[in-house]
Amino acid sequence: MNVLRTFLVRAGYAVVLLTAVLVLNFSLMHLAPGDVADTISQSMGGADQELLDQIRADYGLDQPFLVQLGRYVGGVLQADLGFSFFYNEPVTKLILERLPATLLLVFSAQILALIVGVVLGVISAQKPNGIASYLVTFTALFGYSAPVFWTGILLLIAFSLQIPIFPVAGMRDVTVDGNFWVEAADIARHLVLPMITLASVFLALYSRLARASMMEVLGSDYVRTAKAKGLSPREVVYKHALKNAVSPVITLAGLQFSAVISGAVLVEAVFSWPGLGTLAFQSIIARDTPTILGILFFSALVVIVGNLLTDLALRLVDPRVGGRK
Amino acid sequence: MALLEVENLRIELSTRDGTAPVIDDLSFHLDAGETLSFVGESGCGKSMTALALMGLLPERIGRIASGAIRFDGEDLTKASPARLREIRGNDISMIFQEPMTSLNPVFTIGEQIAEVLRAHQGLSRQAAWDHAVELIDAVRIPNPKGRAGDYPFQMSGGQRQRAMIAMALACKPKILIADEPTTALDVTVQAQIFDLLRDLRAQTGTSIILITHDMGAVAEMAERMIVMYAGRKAELGPVAQIINHARHPYTQGLISCVPHLHDVLTEDRPELFEVPGIVPSLRDFGRDECLFASRCAHVTDQCRSARPPEKSFEGGQIADCWHAEAM
Ligand SMILES: Nc1ncnc2c1ncn2[C@@H]1O[C@H](COP(=O)(O)OP(=O)(O)OP(=O)(O)O)[C@@H](O)[C@H]1O
Ligand SMILES: [Mg+2]
Repeated sequence: MNVLRTFLVRAGYAVVLLTAVLVLNFSLMHLAPGDVADTISQSMGGADQELLDQIRADYGLDQPFLVQLGRYVGGVLQADLGFSFFYNEPVTKLILERLPATLLLVFSAQILALIVGVVLGVISAQKPNGIASYLVTFTALFGYSAPVFWTGILLLIAFSLQIPIFPVAGMRDVTVDGNFWVEAADIARHLVLPMITLASVFLALYSRLARASMMEVLGSDYVRTAKAKGLSPREVVYKHALKNAVSPVITLAGLQFSAVISGAVLVEAVFSWPGLGTLAFQSIIARDTPTILGILFFSALVVIVGNLLTDLALRLVDPRVGGRK
Repeated sequence: MALLEVENLRIELSTRDGTAPVIDDLSFHLDAGETLSFVGESGCGKSMTALALMGLLPERIGRIASGAIRFDGEDLTKASPARLREIRGNDISMIFQEPMTSLNPVFTIGEQIAEVLRAHQGLSRQAAWDHAVELIDAVRIPNPKGRAGDYPFQMSGGQRQRAMIAMALACKPKILIADEPTTALDVTVQAQIFDLLRDLRAQTGTSIILITHDMGAVAEMAERMIVMYAGRKAELGPVAQIINHARHPYTQGLISCVPHLHDVLTEDRPELFEVPGIVPSLRDFGRDECLFASRCAHVTDQCRSARPPEKSFEGGQIADCWHAEAM
């Protein structure tokens, strides 16, 4: 039950961290010039001081900072992230509607990048001068240097316009209607290009690290022992070496969660993927403070959950993590 | 016919400085049930010899350039990779110098032992695990059932080396190669490990190739010994005979480095002295001269003119020294 205890402790830290994120974001937003009242009045084509005061009173913006903060945090504790005047909907509802799309994109891109990255890394580590090695070097170079939105647009042009295999935008086709599997297949078809785009950056990172890690492990004493036992090359590489080599890659993937989420904002914009990124994009332009704050809060939450999952994965792979006994 | 016959083995290493013979024209044999010890300073090629016997020379760096390794009459230098895998861990197995790093940190020791049994004896998971527990018991790790589920990081160095021994002996190999099995352990544990090896040898009749720096262990464990110097054999023969009367100046130096050996085996005990100088670098291993010349007190011009020939003495003692008869 050691694992359970560690997880409770971690969850406790997560709550503290989230509160800090909440307070910090709120304060930063408060410091920024301009508020909701300004934006509303602009959208109405200007307003006099009296109307501005009226709007501020309506939204509680005339209260002292600490009172506003207290109200906000209190609301969040009750799962109320405030009200978006721009969308005219509760922020919590707005976000929860779009969260699944983002989660799908982020996690599928992470998993794709991890699997392909590790496979490329493992293959290339065994033949440092083979084709896979050049592929790793090439994707790494490409992944590092090409901005995601550019990769995205390139893929769109290639596989949606020139060779129309995949849809251009969105997550669902309104004309598709059927049982669960038909709709899942439709979403999957829409997911392919955004997922590959987002994964490409991290694939570059993971394959490089996987290759380096694997090469080191292949030269280790315990791999020599495995060979001395007469095990087949497959067992030596995919059992003895791989299980040791993936730990650093998983750790890196955990650290990259926040980067994957910021990458997702751009990718969603390119592919009109109806997730938090698109919402963030629109609400920033609209200066929709409650929505922005809510999105930041949820991003932090996703990062924390991602890190917990990483930790869990590491424990599965390496008995030394978490120190049994 | 001997169990293992090594004939004119030459192993070349490709390094940045070019290719050098890390083992140069080495011949020896190992009889069934016998313990043969390799001694020599660090870097003289003992581990390379062991790895060559296992077919595990470092890839792309080391290769067998010529010679034969005949195991039960079969030349291993010509065996296919698949055939070598059949032999490794089954007929010939090896334990390594570093117990701390030689076990895989992410698998339980029970699994690491059971795996060999599954690979070579086709045992089922359960049968292999049960046998692994018995083996852990045989190498005298207390509470074998419980410890089988432990990971290497939960064990001491001595216990890890015991686990390595259990793994190596799992399939009752004909030859066990022990490459400095106790170097990384503290003195009391060293003695226990040697006790264990001796007992297991008595039970199983396994031949042992023992690589060590410890002349005391050689005297206690081995029937015959090979002294290596800079990739070449310096001297070979029965342990007691060599300790009593070494024919190679390097062997004499090695033996006199260990005071109690003479204490035990002879009455007269010469002054303690160390072998002056250092081993030549790998680059110089192939030169046609006596490589020990620069450190030898008995050096003559002849020693620098050509590589010394083998000189045989009674009892199977062989010394590669121009002046062996005079020693
Ligand atoms: N992977 C390698 N690449 C290049 N040179 C190597 C490699 N492994 C060993 N050598 C060189 O080969 C020579 C013999 O090494 P070996 O490990 O056989 O020595 P040893 O007699 O076992 O020494 P020790 O007593 O320190 O274990 C040394 O000079 C060493 O530097
Ligand atoms: Mg060695």
